[in-house]
Amino acid sequence: MDVFLDPANRQAYLEGFLTILKLTGASALLALLLGVLLAACRVSPVPVLRALGAGWVHLFRNTPLTLIILFCFFGLYSAVGVEFSEDIHVNNYWLAVTGLSAYTAAFVCEAIRSGINTVPVGQAEAARALGLSFSQNLRLIILPQALRSVVAPLGSILIALTKNATIAGVIGVAEASSAMKALIESNGDQTIAIFAVFALTFVALLVPVGYAFSALANRLVVRR
Amino acid sequence: MSASVLYDHPGPRARIRNRVLSVVFGLLLVAGLYGIYRAFDSTQQWTWQKWQPFFETVTVNGQTANFWTDYAWPGLLGTLQAAATAMLLALAFGLVFSVARLSEHRWIRVPAGVVVEFFRAVPVLLMIFFLSFGGFWVFGTLIPPFWSVVIGLTLYNGSVLAEAFRAGIRAVPRGQSEAAYSLGLTKGQVMRMILIPQAARSMLPVIVSQLVVVLKDTALGYIVSYPELMLEGSKGYAVFTNAVPTFMVLALIYIVINGLLTLVAHLLERRANRLGVTTPATKAAAATTTTGLSTGGGA
Repeated sequence: MDVFLDPANRQAYLEGFLTILKLTGASALLALLLGVLLAACRVSPVPVLRALGAGWVHLFRNTPLTLIILFCFFGLYSAVGVEFSEDIHVNNYWLAVTGLSAYTAAFVCEAIRSGINTVPVGQAEAARALGLSFSQNLRLIILPQALRSVVAPLGSILIALTKNATIAGVIGVAEASSAMKALIESNGDQTIAIFAVFALTFVALLVPVGYAFSALANRLVVRR
Repeated sequence: MSASVLYDHPGPRARIRNRVLSVVFGLLLVAGLYGIYRAFDSTQQWTWQKWQPFFETVTVNGQTANFWTDYAWPGLLGTLQAAATAMLLALAFGLVFSVARLSEHRWIRVPAGVVVEFFRAVPVLLMIFFLSFGGFWVFGTLIPPFWSVVIGLTLYNGSVLAEAFRAGIRAVPRGQSEAAYSLGLTKGQVMRMILIPQAARSMLPVIVSQLVVVLKDTALGYIVSYPELMLEGSKGYAVFTNAVPTFMVLALIYIVINGLLTLVAHLLERRANRLGVTTPATKAAAATTTTGLSTGGGA
């Protein structure tokens, strides 16, 4: 374990996980917003919007995240010149967030859509009988019930996102898996200890999240 | 509930409104797509020179190369090989650990649970790095990239499948195992002959959709230089200097393959529903696991 006695190594480890959390936080927020919008598109009465939602989901759900994040760097940044910041580290961070959000939004959209499917038909019918419009119906009646039933799937999406954030390393974001790789390369004799520390940190971060979300899901479930 | 319940069957006014909205959003969408087109156009991404490699063999700087036979096809083979191997191993892993987690013996059940929870929480990339860069120190021999990728994928997807199988086995109606025990079958026989065959049939769609996750995750091989589709494609665009078009074509290949797999999963699901091998309980089990599954992909 002496590899972690060196302050520089401890710093690399801490920064790696801090970057994972930063990537996850920003992407989770953006993906949630975008995902809800896309879900609304997918159930809307306007065919063009339905097609947009369906297209987004099929495009991003079937493409490897590695490809998406590489495209953000080599396509959006290198070829097209999309630049978030002069600072290469900040820029790579936002490029990774772009890829992660676009990818995760597809899953959020599908989770919410299946949540909408769990709301009994009677709810929407009653709302319509009261004269509510599509957007009132969706906003006031359907989504509040649907969102409660998608807490558990959203939890697994958040967990997957946290793990997927490691792929940001492929465009040079200094996240945990790159930090682990660097530490193993310079301290090969302590490989097992290094892997154990990094893997157990992920376990310690994610297992409680899983339990918290299933507890929350149980509390929020709409009893029928 | 189908989406159409959210709004009335459109009357004359609603039809007009929907048409107007369609046109407005349609124009916005076209404008957006045109914006993207222009952004790529202004950096010369649509030139014939950049797209030519996908249609014919070209010679660049004296080097003659064909995108499909030199890069895409070998890469695709690598991807399919890794995905198939990982999937087979993951199925075996999942079967063993799901049964172990259902064991009556605490000393089997608890360790199996710990293993499954551990591998579900650790990113696949972390395991691949451990095997690729630490393999020599831990096992005394370098682990080839193929096996780093396959083992990493097996451990993660096997754990996910273990949970899916466990839910599937538990969802088989209790009467089945009770009847089997009363016929004098042993524990092993009940599991082997009664529970697993029924669970497997209802879990088939889940297995196929997990295949999509495995196939996508093989792209992690790019990071440790395993020659799969992504890496071979990137070698291709290094020669043809057409990164953006290549990314588009590669994405299209993945989308076609995964789309076909998803279609198969849906057909199997419909068939299972028709044959009545699913009970409401197995369906719930499949649904809860699928949401975790289809999102659990490392990449």
